[in-house]
Amino acid sequence: MASSAHTRPLSEVEIRVKALESLLVEKGLIDLAAVDALIDKYEHKVGPRNGARVVARAWVDPAYKARLLSHGTEAIAELGYTGMQGEDMVVVENTPEVHNVLVCTLCSCYPWPTLGLPPVWYKSAPYRSRVVIDPRGVLQEFGLQLPESTEVRVWDSTSEVRYMVLPERPPGTEHLSEDELAALVTRDAMIGVTKVSA
Amino acid sequence: MNGVHDLGGSDGHGPINPEPNEPVFHAEWEKRVFGMFLPVAACGYFNLDEFRHAIERMGAPSYLNTSYYEHWLHAFETLLVEKGALSAAELAARQQQIAEEAR
Repeated sequence: MASSAHTRPLSEVEIRVKALESLLVEKGLIDLAAVDALIDKYEHKVGPRNGARVVARAWVDPAYKARLLSHGTEAIAELGYTGMQGEDMVVVENTPEVHNVLVCTLCSCYPWPTLGLPPVWYKSAPYRSRVVIDPRGVLQEFGLQLPESTEVRVWDSTSEVRYMVLPERPPGTEHLSEDELAALVTRDAMIGVTKVSA
Repeated sequence: MNGVHDLGGSDGHGPINPEPNEPVFHAEWEKRVFGMFLPVAACGYFNLDEFRHAIERMGAPSYLNTSYYEHWLHAFETLLVEKGALSAAELAARQQQIAEEAR
């Protein structure tokens, strides 16, 4: 039973985490301030808005787009997005002819500097198992029906390379500014399970 | 290496069910486990490949029936005990102490 009205019994996993953390602190192996700073960074500062800036820049600046597709890591770093899980970036372009979609069948490889931490579904068995054998069926579960004439390419991450999709710029957005374009770009479009809509 | 983690092409795992407006973390303990990774890895007891391998050798039932950050927690506990940073006995004793205090 909980000892007061605003506490509740700890779950087994909560107990394991508290035990591990407290022992690591006592042994001087971790500093809680460093742990807190990392949580704050990946909860509040790093996320798909970064990738959306990259995509919008590529849509408005053909020279940047060319650099992004040929030297992804360096082009992304031009906008300040670098670091862990983004050291070796490959950006693949979606067009009416080719639709790219990303997975990590073995675990959870994902481009943290541009997309943040991956959603649960990306790391889970249903997506990882099926997108490589039935990509069109998986895309339909995300509401995306592609014409038969569109080739689908599935990129399975290695433990080193991280992929990101450059989605198609939606029609009717010629008048929009780079900031307005960035606001349209979604995480799922940069994984390749949806398109960007205006 | 073959193992349950090599999921590509296997069937029977059900629908994908993406969560609308999913938060970055689903519980406070997930944040703690995530935030621990870099500081613990920096201690030098294991590298990223060993960490991944510790998850891959969980065994199919545990792997498929526990969440992503539970995989990470399992890897921390496994590797830190195997490498001698903690003993299994002190970990168990601390868990028992915390459980009793929380009652």
